[in-house]
Amino acid sequence: MTALTKTQLSRPSAQLSAETLLEMYWYMLLARRTDERAWVLHRQGKIAFHISGMGHEATQVGAAFAINRGVDYVAPYYRDLALCMAIGITPRDFMLSLFGKAGEVTSKARQMPSHWSSKPHHILSASSPVATQVPQAAGMAFAIKYKRENGLIDPNDTSQPRLALTCLGEGSTSQGEWHEGMNWAGVHKLPFICIVQNNNYAISVPIEHQMAVSHVAERAVAYGVQGVTVDGTDVLAVYDVMRDAVQRAYSGEGATLIEAKCYRLTPHSSDDDDRTYRPREEVEEAKRADPILRYERYLSERGILTDALKQEYEQRARKIVDEAQRYAESAPYPEESSLYEDIYA
Amino acid sequence: MPEMTLIDAVRAAMDEELARDPRVFITGEDVGKRGGVFRATMGLYEKYGEKRIVDSPLAELSIVAIGIGAACAGLIPICEIQFADFIHPAFNQIVNEAAKMYYRSGGAWNVPLTIRAPYGGGIGGGLYHSQSVEAFFTHVPGLKVVIPSTPYDAKGLLKSAVRDPNPVLFFEPKKGYRSIKGEVPAGEYTVPIGKARVARQGNDVSVYAYGMMAHYAVQAAEQVAHEDGIQCDVIDLRTLLPIDKETILASFKKTGKALIVYEDNLTMGYGAEIAAILCSDGFEYMDAPIMRLGGPDVPAVPFSHPLQEAFMPNPHKIAAAIRQLAAY
Repeated sequence: MTALTKTQLSRPSAQLSAETLLEMYWYMLLARRTDERAWVLHRQGKIAFHISGMGHEATQVGAAFAINRGVDYVAPYYRDLALCMAIGITPRDFMLSLFGKAGEVTSKARQMPSHWSSKPHHILSASSPVATQVPQAAGMAFAIKYKRENGLIDPNDTSQPRLALTCLGEGSTSQGEWHEGMNWAGVHKLPFICIVQNNNYAISVPIEHQMAVSHVAERAVAYGVQGVTVDGTDVLAVYDVMRDAVQRAYSGEGATLIEAKCYRLTPHSSDDDDRTYRPREEVEEAKRADPILRYERYLSERGILTDALKQEYEQRARKIVDEAQRYAESAPYPEESSLYEDIYA
Repeated sequence: MPEMTLIDAVRAAMDEELARDPRVFITGEDVGKRGGVFRATMGLYEKYGEKRIVDSPLAELSIVAIGIGAACAGLIPICEIQFADFIHPAFNQIVNEAAKMYYRSGGAWNVPLTIRAPYGGGIGGGLYHSQSVEAFFTHVPGLKVVIPSTPYDAKGLLKSAVRDPNPVLFFEPKKGYRSIKGEVPAGEYTVPIGKARVARQGNDVSVYAYGMMAHYAVQAAEQVAHEDGIQCDVIDLRTLLPIDKETILASFKKTGKALIVYEDNLTMGYGAEIAAILCSDGFEYMDAPIMRLGGPDVPAVPFSHPLQEAFMPNPHKIAAAIRQLAAY
């Protein structure tokens, strides 16, 4: 077992129990295995589309565990499978979405897969045009502040949302919507956290063609919010910077922009071929730095994750994913009449 | 009953809704201390404070997007877009987000959002302070589109919009803000969204209009009644989406002749849909070609006064169209 250094001990993640550390590992693993299955199903011709979050799991799970999961508002983007799973979307929910089957809970199978929504978990419904969720999440954060200041909620009531978290890719920060959302968050000192999952590519376009700054987090200065860059392949490092951001939001000190540097281990989506724009050596190197392998090593070195436990988790994940797939494959398609439901509340 | 201008009625509706429900708030450009560039929110900042009457940054999409997020988080936003001409940067948030949120979440997330915007020409506003934008939005299921023409309806409909669980676009005919006056009851009443109003009764010609044009249509109808003995049924549509087909067809059944008046560009304007409804559902009542009087198909309303007047429908042009139709 390797001892933690003094600096590491002062980090919020040092306070996490072995049980919580393993739960974080579990969601990273479950998301990965679900994600991998989606690729297989696509290659088998069983589903039409998949967009992957592989390589982003550490960022997403680190973020999820730092907030009040299922209570704080989350406005995710399409890569946030691990984030949404850690909050409450299940492999069965996801499989029903992949197959477009009845009983799909996020959109009644109207949306393409990975367009998350779960009102019971306070996950806002997401669309496809990128960055649209950022000013909406700022609006949710505005509502929290409004309710506090107008006496509609007790600021310390932990059963109420106390912040809004939103995620997007670094390419999406080129959108005006990102700017307008960040600006509101700064002007009104909102309880708002924006995580930019920087994987260096907007589909095929490398970051140097998207921005002239070397770090997305540098832009925080322009909005008067806190900005921080973190290694997004290190789940505990993400957890640590997130805890700071969460405390800032909860205590009314304002918004945080977190840039989490990670790597997309797959093409952009099942319709993309990244061989046309990413060197194979670069992808292979990223695979060696896989955030899940990295966290496995960390947990193993500390004696928290044993080989036997790892096997047990793998088997459990496989069983859950198998069952989810079977359930979704055998589920009926939605009734045609559902086409006309939910147009107006 | 006190007489009010259209803009006073708009303000009264917001004042009453702010007083009724602490979740109601207003945001938009200059809505705070300035009370809005048209003074729609005048006095509300002083009465309700800066926490509820919130000056926004000068960025229209954010006004709508903040409203969407706040609505999803349990507030009831009234968002002001300073001129309808400036709503286009927010188009994506309105059409892709607010309108589709309920459908795309399987009926989980609804957006109780009101977006107010002054619209229409005839005020020397040129290309970018005169536009009629309703047809862009009446094409979009999930939205409701309301345009009042009287102070009574402005107050009652705006209160309904605020209480509606869906996104409602509330376009106000700014040319009539101060010139249109009418009796408005003090205190609580609402006018239901989705119901047209028979503004004047007659058996010869049906005139369908909304906003400033409904006001002009009534004037034109009085004129032709007086001068030519032509009796018009004037239907003030009030709600453009959802469409009150029942009232539209009931009038056409009576007259068999329809004139549709709107100040938007003629082609693909809202009147095209009314004409289509009359053709498909009212064919057996039809006694003359359906007629539309709209703005010409030029990009927008020019600034120079004679050019503006050439663009705008007015009571005189409407009266001429009624006479032509009555003679058919």
